[in-house]
Amino acid sequence: MDLLGLTIKNVSEKLKDGAFSCKELIKECLSIIKINDKKINAFLTLNEDGALKKADEFDNLIKNDKEIFKKKPLLGIPMGVKDLYTTRGIITTAGSKIIKDYNPPFNATVIRRLIDAGVIIVGKTNEDAWGHGSSGENTDYEPTKNPYDLSRVPGGSSSGSGAAVSYGACLVGTGTDTGSSVRLPAGYCNLVGLKPTYGRVSRYGVIAMASSFDSIGHMTKTVYDNAKVLEVTAGVDPYDGTTVPIRVDKYTKVLGQNIKGLKIGLPKEYFVEGLDNKINISIRESLKVFEKLGATIEEITLPHTDFAMAAYYILVPSEVSSNLSRYDGVRYGGPRELFGAEAKRRIMLGSYTLSSGYYDAYYLKAAKVRTLIKQDFENAFKKVDVLIAPTSPTLPFKIGEKVNNPLQMYLSDIFLCPTNLAGIPGLNVPSGFADGLPVGMQIIGSQFSEELLYKVAYLFEQETQHYKIRPQFKNG
Amino acid sequence: MTKKTLTRDDILHIAKLGNLTLNENEIELFKQQLSSVIEYINKLQEVNTEDVEPSSQITGLTDVLREDKINNERTLTSEQALANTKSKEKNLFKVKAILTE
Amino acid sequence: MDKKYQTIIGMEIHVELKTNSKMFCGCKNDPFHAEKPNIYTCPVCLGLPGALPVANKKAIEWTIALGIALGCKINKFSKFDRKHYFYPDLPKGYQISQYDMPFCFDGKVETSFGPIKITRVHLEEDTGKLIHQKVNGRNVSLIDFNRSGVPLVEIVTEPEIYSSVQAKEYAKKLRQIVRYLDISDCDMEKGGMRLEANISLAVIPAKAGIQDKKGNNRLDPLLRGDDKILELPNYKVELKNINSFRFLERGIEYEIERQREILEKGETPIQETRGFNAEKGITYSQRTKEEAADYRYFPDPDLPPININDKWFSEIESQMPEALEDLFARWIKEYKINREMTELLFETSNQAKWLDKLFSEAVKAKLPVDKLINLLIHKKIKTELFEIDQSQIIAEYKKEVTVDELADDEIVNYIKKAVTANPQAVADYKAGKGNAINFLVGAVMREAKKKIEFNRLVKLIKSSV
Repeated sequence: MDLLGLTIKNVSEKLKDGAFSCKELIKECLSIIKINDKKINAFLTLNEDGALKKADEFDNLIKNDKEIFKKKPLLGIPMGVKDLYTTRGIITTAGSKIIKDYNPPFNATVIRRLIDAGVIIVGKTNEDAWGHGSSGENTDYEPTKNPYDLSRVPGGSSSGSGAAVSYGACLVGTGTDTGSSVRLPAGYCNLVGLKPTYGRVSRYGVIAMASSFDSIGHMTKTVYDNAKVLEVTAGVDPYDGTTVPIRVDKYTKVLGQNIKGLKIGLPKEYFVEGLDNKINISIRESLKVFEKLGATIEEITLPHTDFAMAAYYILVPSEVSSNLSRYDGVRYGGPRELFGAEAKRRIMLGSYTLSSGYYDAYYLKAAKVRTLIKQDFENAFKKVDVLIAPTSPTLPFKIGEKVNNPLQMYLSDIFLCPTNLAGIPGLNVPSGFADGLPVGMQIIGSQFSEELLYKVAYLFEQETQHYKIRPQFKNG
Repeated sequence: MTKKTLTRDDILHIAKLGNLTLNENEIELFKQQLSSVIEYINKLQEVNTEDVEPSSQITGLTDVLREDKINNERTLTSEQALANTKSKEKNLFKVKAILTE
Repeated sequence: MDKKYQTIIGMEIHVELKTNSKMFCGCKNDPFHAEKPNIYTCPVCLGLPGALPVANKKAIEWTIALGIALGCKINKFSKFDRKHYFYPDLPKGYQISQYDMPFCFDGKVETSFGPIKITRVHLEEDTGKLIHQKVNGRNVSLIDFNRSGVPLVEIVTEPEIYSSVQAKEYAKKLRQIVRYLDISDCDMEKGGMRLEANISLAVIPAKAGIQDKKGNNRLDPLLRGDDKILELPNYKVELKNINSFRFLERGIEYEIERQREILEKGETPIQETRGFNAEKGITYSQRTKEEAADYRYFPDPDLPPININDKWFSEIESQMPEALEDLFARWIKEYKINREMTELLFETSNQAKWLDKLFSEAVKAKLPVDKLINLLIHKKIKTELFEIDQSQIIAEYKKEVTVDELADDEIVNYIKKAVTANPQAVADYKAGKGNAINFLVGAVMREAKKKIEFNRLVKLIKSSV
């Protein structure tokens, strides 16, 4: 079985046909992990016994119940779970040392839904601790490497999930996107990665980074796979009061429909100095594909883009400082001294921006700028249907290149975090390669426009097929 | 009110607010790193936000409430509640004495 | 020359609401009756990573109802905020509370010394319970989270309370209002109602000294407005965790003396939190506030704001009982009974409704309501109130007060028999022992197996002996 070349769609068909069993599939995943993960560091905890047991159980179900694939749309699909997701009975560290042995007594809502749908958790994946980072290097463990070039970062913070799907350890990896953390690793690892609309997918049980930003997404090889998973994860949750009671579309149904007449907007503020020209060229090439598919392209403006990062780096640390207050070593975990440098920086920055005398100048000001940024997008979507922009201003950078300069690191998210401020969805799709490294392109839509994003991305993917280019473990 | 850079005292004060204890190296490092971040975020002061409502949330939802019903679905046993602590006494969490008369 | 000081008190009172479930999760809200510690907890109220709160609708409605009962204005658009501080009984490192948009503000409570302005009424969550004890010879604090996340209402007054007696009266009045709404048991001993007084002494300038009818300084107009002549002191002492009205009064009295002595020396009392030691009758320092706490409030991003539209507001209003003051006024008018008499009989509005029906039936039966109440208060009618039909009470009352028709000579016959049977009582009576006559009255009634009017019988006994 060539797992690296397979997608969720292929695997579901093969399991149905009996080409291989769930157990064979999971064993193959585990063996790929054992061969490669020493080099990549995608996983923090493996769920070997649990996964094999589940596989046996499903193999029995397949034998006895012809309808089982209808009841469990993701039956047998191996999944890597970002360690920010609470998993009952599987150690959940958030990539940190402070809760390195925390064993949760409950499952996140999304995990519960995915398990009900038949996924098999192969392990918990590495990440920047608490989701704080864009490269994976802020993990309190060994940093994850990019399977396309082991000297480079896989993007963060969902670094392990991105790398794991990319090198064939699993077929879907869950992520969280607070400012970039699904789309950037998807972009750096040649994957499809969704940051859904805020409120589309429940946050309950996903360890909070910044509560009004955290969007619960996932990475897959293809658009179809990605849409299939969202059909399971999306929807209102009574345990998360910020989920919005809007109907969940059957996202896979629209894939293949034409996009003639689609209006694509190019935010001019995203194509400026600082954008690597190789990326610019790749995106421009991709735009030609969209034109071929019948879309029209026009330049639009998001006038407050320049202030998005500043607003983001006030509001997010403010919420981070609050959300990390619960780690006091009383009920679980160790003392606060165990926080890594980045967590400490963000706790301090957020304590400062909320503190007496500074609240108005920082938190409140940023919350107002957030309104302006949201309005920028609303105005843009009056003119066009979707926006297209590079995912990152640079190609995957070298490990260690930015670790001593937090501000430079923060600026990796410059094209991504405005959508989190606005609460709208963004989808990374592979745009091609430059210097042998993946280039990510994001398609941005208005609130709850996931169906449209998938439809647009799918046709592009069918034309280009970049997902078929596999990682070579360069410099390994 | 905004500041251009952070002083050592600022760093100590905000570390205390965040319940963090820092070593000397961290104090110096964070003073520099956070000062450069503060300098960057100060650019927000250029934006005219007169008559702009703040957005602390982005969904526009209001009144998402639960009925007053007991739901034991998530309730933990005391064993489960205490399973992850390193310090307990019978069915209680235990910490150093924090109040003396 | 001795300076004159005016006591200035502002109060903060916390009341635990008796909803079925907790404020932000479905755990049972019953910390006082839990069999074991930490059995009513879940990821939410234990502050586990990833857990999220969802607000209890009833707790919000009850808070607004209390605000209405206190004559407050209601913030139709409100929200919850996070209040940050670190303490082991606070699982999330922040308490979900309300900062700049409390559900209710600007109310008042009447006392016999004048009205007290209610600054705000807001809703928050309670913390876990700390138990301080020795384990293996070491002092430790133990934590039970059964109470964590119980809905807690805080009622804050302006610093417009001017004596310990008034503070006590206010606190009692507030408890009466809360209990009448039946939204809290206000169990003070267990901590279901917690009193906190901010106490300081202001120097009265020579020109002040307006007094009310009772001879107390009336300073409320002097503290407010452009022509205020009394400045609030630059310090205040928080007297915390008081669990009885009597301790509140004694604690404040002690504080007034303690602070006066310090001020007389020309010093300023330290701004601090103090507790009250009931055994020694003194207050003691618990915590000095080196610097003002910085709670870093901001709107809780997990909880969408609350929009109390007109429809919802009227629903809340329509579910409220008749206002307590209106009830007492009506009872005076309809039944000629004053509030002091009836206050002893009930707490909740349901009980008041039950009594209302009793009184109206008594009036219909042409019975004197005041006498009925008297018998009820003195438990002469041995019936559990509120659980039975009012007609039973009426019947018992009639039985209690009805006398049998007997002629004087018949009674005298019974007296003779009783006197013969109880020579000692007669001797006692003659010796001037007053209660011997009561004994004889009882003996006669037992002999006659009849009910005879008391005064008539006493008269007859006296003339026969």
